[in-house]
Parts: sequence; C-alpha cells; structure tokens
Amino acid sequence: MSYAISVNGQVHHVEDDGQTPLLWVLRDTLKLTGTKYGCGVAQCGACTVHVDGTPTRSCTLPLEVAASARITTIESIEGVEAQAIRGAWVARDVPQCGFCQSGQIMSAVALLRTLKTPTDRDIDVAMSGNICRCATYNRIRAAIHDAAAQLGTAR
Amino acid sequence: MRWRRSPSEPRRGRLRVGRWLFATFAAMIAATLVYALYPRPMPQTQAIQIREPQLDLERLRAVAEFAAIADLDQRSIALFEEAGRVIQHPRCMNCHPRTDRPTQTDAMRPHRPWVSRGPDGAGEPTLRCSTCHGATNFESSGVPGNPMWMLAPIEMAWHGKTLGEICRQLLDPARSHMSREELLQHMSEDALVGWAWHPGGGRKPAPGTQAEFGAIIKAWLDTGGKCPA
Repeated sequence: MSYAISVNGQVHHVEDDGQTPLLWVLRDTLKLTGTKYGCGVAQCGACTVHVDGTPTRSCTLPLEVAASARITTIESIEGVEAQAIRGAWVARDVPQCGFCQSGQIMSAVALLRTLKTPTDRDIDVAMSGNICRCATYNRIRAAIHDAAAQLGTAR
Repeated sequence: MRWRRSPSEPRRGRLRVGRWLFATFAAMIAATLVYALYPRPMPQTQAIQIREPQLDLERLRAVAEFAAIADLDQRSIALFEEAGRVIQHPRCMNCHPRTDRPTQTDAMRPHRPWVSRGPDGAGEPTLRCSTCHGATNFESSGVPGNPMWMLAPIEMAWHGKTLGEICRQLLDPARSHMSREELLQHMSEDALVGWAWHPGGGRKPAPGTQAEFGAIIKAWLDTGGKCPA
C-alpha cells in the first residue's frame, strides 16, 4: 500500500506494508541512516525521532500511524535547543562509540523544549529510556546542563 | 663386476613415481568433476513452518456453576475468588503496582526501561508511555498498546495485597474512585481492562473472556459483594 509520509518537512510516497516499523522506512527506504537500529523492541532509545514534536521510538511505530504525523529525524533537528545541545555535545566531547547519540540528542532536545532548566532528576527521568553502552551518562547529563545554561544566558 | 648403478636407473624410478602421481591427481580431478556435474534436483525454496506460541488458555467458571453454594455469603466469596484469578493475573497486576514503576512479564519484574507513572498515570511529561506504547499491540516489536495505556492510580495498588484486601479496596469509593455500578462497568466494558484478554506478543491472556469476567463480577455484587478474609 502507498503512504504519504512527512519526514523533515518533505512528503515522501512510500510503498510498503502499513505494519512496517517507521525505523525501517527511514533507514531502508528513505536512506536516512542517522536514526539507529539498536534493539528493535523499544528498549534502548537509539531509534528516537520526533513525531509531531514528541520523542517517539521509531522501531515500534507502524508506518500506517506515522503517515498521519510530522516526523523529524536527527538529520534535520533544528531550533535554539538543538543548536545548544549540538554545541554542548561537541564542547563536552560526549560521544564515545556514538551509536546511541542520535537518539540521545533527540530526547535531550525534547527535554529542553519542555523544561528550560532541568534538574539532575529531570534529566534522569527524561533520558532513562536512552541506553548508552559506553556509559557516557555523566557527560550527557553535564552537556544538557551546559545547553540549558547557554539557553538561559541567551534568553 | 658391476659396482655402481647405471645413471639412467634413478631417472626411470622418478618417472614411474611421477606417472603414478599424475594418474592419481587426474583421477581425483575426474571424480570431482563427475560429482560436481552429475545432474541432481536443485534445492527448492520451502516455507518455514511458523510455530505459534502454544498458550494455555484458562477458562473461568460460569456463574451457574456457583449456584450449588446455598449460602449467599459463601457464594459471593467464591465468585470473587474466581474473579481473583483474573484480578491477580500478571496482565492486570502489572498495571496496579504499589510503586510509581509498572511491572512486566509473567514474572512481574520491574518495567524496563525505567519509567514512572507521572502526574496522570500515563508517564512523566518528558517520558510518556506513548513514547513506546501505541494505540494497538505492535507485533513487529512486541510492544503492547492501547489508546488508554496508563497505570491504575496508586490508591488502587494491588501488588503485595491479599485478595481480601483487594476486594475491600475495590468496594471503597475513596480508593477505587468508583461506585459499584462504575466498578462493574470498568471490569466488564473498559477497553484497557479488555486488553488483558488480547495482550498480543505471545503473552498469556487472563483466564476466560471479559464478558465472563464481567458476569462473575455482576453476580458477586448481586450476592452482596462479600470479600474473602
């Protein structure tokens, strides 16, 4: 069946089964490989994308549901929060192997859009679904604090 | 007297060995070619038999089966104990935790990844249940779903309680937030409660059907809504 799917502001026509996970469509059909396949069962958060602005695991979202929403992936995440996160990520040299980082960044940007000055607990709550096998959690948390501080200064 | 061999003798010996080796090698090549080129049927694609998980479907006893219990109070308790097979089933208990964290699987272990009920029972504002749980079960990932996916209020925690304690909790509007009519409707018609009989992903459903469960709850309430000790 054909679905019109809005990804990163562009409408793509995708011929696929409606039960195909969005992650498959992004990576295999649209070649947007920034979103990673980690576990396929919503346990790791590596496949996080924004669905109508809300962080969602693309491995467990069927194409037929995603087709009615606005999808944003790591390739085109933008805005002041995304810029602040990107800068803090580079300054803190957060990634180690990097595999989970696109999911981490998508969740971190969504967190800063919801809470301007998150506490350690807020960060732990929002990021607990994003697993990092290199255990860069301390750097992730520090970088989110840095980004929040930078946004606070900018405001 | 001949005291040394003719110089041509070793050469002839080497030639004999060479011929023997060549013949063996040629025979091996020929055998390999015969084996490789011998016509045989090509392997055909075959459908792999999908093994459906064999779930032990448990039945609930029908209300009529309790008619033999003459004492109304005893019948009411027996009906609730039968309903308790559903109430205390992992499909129901997992969403009635005594902490802010749901449990998972038949072992009722803490939910992975770490999640918390949040202000409305549907997750923290920055990590909603809907981050992973959709409106329906998703067979590809095995993640269960329902449009109303959320935890029961903490006042309705069932973990760590006896069936009698759960019974008294259900009948207490201060904790259940439901009248008896609403309780009956919740048990027999609520779509999220109904998920327990259609959990997908190879999960074991609650015993019987929601209609049978609702009938037992109704009979229990009609017989006075008595609770086990």
